[in-house]
Amino acid sequence: MTATLLDALALLGSFDHRLLEIVGLSLRVSLSALLIGTLLGLPLGAWLAVADFPGRGACNVALNALMGLPSVVVGVLVYLALSRSGPLGGYGLLFSPAAMIVAQSVLVVPLIAAVTRQIVEDAWREYAPEFSVIGIGRPQAVRLLLADCRFSLSVATLAGLGRAMSEVGAVMIVGGNIDGYTRVMTTAIALETSKGDLALSIALGIVLMSIILTLNVVAYGLRCWAARRYG
Amino acid sequence: MFPLRIAGLRFAPEGRVVLGGVDLELSGDGISVILGPNGAGKTLLLRLLAGLLPADGGSVDWGGAPVPAGRLAMVFQQPMLLRLSVFANVEFALRPQALRAPERKARTLAVLERVGLAHRARDCARQLSGGERQRLALARAWAMQPRLLLLDEPTASLDPTATEAVETIVREIRTEGAKVLMTTHNLGQATRLADDIIFLADGRVQEHETAPRFFARPHSPAARAYLQGELPWRITFDR
Repeated sequence: MTATLLDALALLGSFDHRLLEIVGLSLRVSLSALLIGTLLGLPLGAWLAVADFPGRGACNVALNALMGLPSVVVGVLVYLALSRSGPLGGYGLLFSPAAMIVAQSVLVVPLIAAVTRQIVEDAWREYAPEFSVIGIGRPQAVRLLLADCRFSLSVATLAGLGRAMSEVGAVMIVGGNIDGYTRVMTTAIALETSKGDLALSIALGIVLMSIILTLNVVAYGLRCWAARRYG
Repeated sequence: MFPLRIAGLRFAPEGRVVLGGVDLELSGDGISVILGPNGAGKTLLLRLLAGLLPADGGSVDWGGAPVPAGRLAMVFQQPMLLRLSVFANVEFALRPQALRAPERKARTLAVLERVGLAHRARDCARQLSGGERQRLALARAWAMQPRLLLLDEPTASLDPTATEAVETIVREIRTEGAKVLMTTHNLGQATRLADDIIFLADGRVQEHETAPRFFARPHSPAARAYLQGELPWRITFDR
């Protein structure tokens, strides 16, 4: 066990090429999915917070349920959509990093949207009377509320990134875990562990945990600073 | 928009009568102060006029015309401030008025200057003190150039200095031609500001008189009881 851990640290210390490649692809895929998730999830969640239409409650319940969507189910659905006979098969995305970004985005959007809806809805309850008297329309209210809640919403984006980076089932199915092309940290950990190469698995695990821990520290610091600066 | 005629305005959620038929006519100038005990429906009346709640009966006639968009402003007891700059907290309220950006900026800076907050334009609004927050809320309403300004206990929980600053601003807004309709529990403030008093109790207007007549000779038993309960405090304050 100690020898394996030392091997893992040696891999990290030597900036192993294979390890860096896997980490680089993981970050590229997950950050791309986070970008898409943020661009879609934030406005969607904020709109659901301020909108008033029949079936809004059902939409919110569905959105909350989608937060717990099993990643392998998403993987299968995206696989079916991107496969040669699927509706998006013509784009030839299956078993590519793009397919992994699509799958992770499908997982991340509901999570960010649901957390955003909750945060923005709380602010909306406080601000709605004044917005109404001033004559602020819903589109402008969405923009103002997103700006007002920007620091709280860092939690939503952080949750989205955590979901994307820690996900394994969907990217395994739609990416194929192809060495040097679609192999990311989680799929590599799963594969190397099954092969018995625990050193690489542990090294990747340390990197994964370090990234998530660092992001949480940054988000916590940002929130503390914002609370002092903006109340 | 004026005279504003309120006839039989009623609010009774789930059968519980809160306003039982308010009849009132307001001219388009001066400061009208609504007095009354807690639960009389003062804030509720303002919210009904602002369209924040649907009435269960009665009518509001804005001089035979619909409420002109952007000509009504309201300042709440606890002002809503976005986690943005002081400047942005005024400027956003002008966006529905289809003003161009330079005009919005100029009007925002001018009104911040008038309420004494121009030097804090870039600061975060939530860093302001209670008095400054209320001045900022008034600045936002003032920037909208309303014809009717509704104020819901604008100086509740403010110290005398901050209260005086707010009252000065309210007078200036009135002088510029806006009709002010406000609620307060502060009888000293009512005597200082009011041109006329509307006394609400039991969900109805018990009296609507000029301020000097109301304080000299309240004719309803409810108003007399209310003033007697408050008088010792008022005499102390006036000294």
